[in-house]
Amino acid sequence: MARTLINVPKSAKAGEVVTIKTLISHPMETGFRPGADGRIMARDIITDFACHYDGREVFRAELFPATAANPYLTFTLVAQATGPLTFTWRGDNGFSQTETATLTVT
Amino acid sequence: MTPSAGTRNRRDLLAAGAAAVLAITVRPVAAASPVRTESTAEAIRRFAGEAAITPGRIHLDLPPLVENGNAVTITVTVDSPMTADDHVRRIAVFNDKNPQPNVVTVHLGPASGRAAVTTRIRLADTQRITAIAETSDGRYWSTSADAIVTLAACLEG
Repeated sequence: MARTLINVPKSAKAGEVVTIKTLISHPMETGFRPGADGRIMARDIITDFACHYDGREVFRAELFPATAANPYLTFTLVAQATGPLTFTWRGDNGFSQTETATLTVT
Repeated sequence: MTPSAGTRNRRDLLAAGAAAVLAITVRPVAAASPVRTESTAEAIRRFAGEAAITPGRIHLDLPPLVENGNAVTITVTVDSPMTADDHVRRIAVFNDKNPQPNVVTVHLGPASGRAAVTTRIRLADTQRITAIAETSDGRYWSTSADAIVTLAACLEG
């Protein structure tokens, strides 16, 4: 399991636009870099990130080798009702990780 | 034996030697730089189709001078009310000189509230970055920014 950092505001008012910050530790090997033996190292990146709020997809990102190691993404969403936020990262070699957080709406 | 022949031989030898040195010094760089399979214009067309792309409404924020191309923070924002009738559907970022033209593509909707995304990218060289947004009316908006990179990503370990 890769380490993740997810920053969700503790609480928000209904209708408020909140900023979500996510980071996952991943080498994001580009597939273009030579290794210590001089041969090109195989690509190993996260290709897809999605955020679901109460089961609905609110944000999705397609990542490419040009994304820096430990992919960091900041995006916004409208707080509507208290509900779970699900973050899913998918990538090469069957990489898949899901984290959840709760957005409390007052 | 003629002096001119000797001079020519020496010149040939020097030229051959210089070429050999050149070949040795150039080879690692050539081996490390992969061939681009798709141009930036082709990648943009794959994203936008045949639609016209208008400059404006989108803003790309990245440092003009990059010390380390391995992690460059970029922020893309689009002027949009983000309502059900008028919102940004997709934003894509493209580069000019990396081994692959795509940088990141994000999908947004009215639930996003604001069209603002920040991420960190790799830059392999001093180059121009282009961001293109698709709004819900099917129109495309673009902007570009230049970045000077002093330490390139991808090639260094």
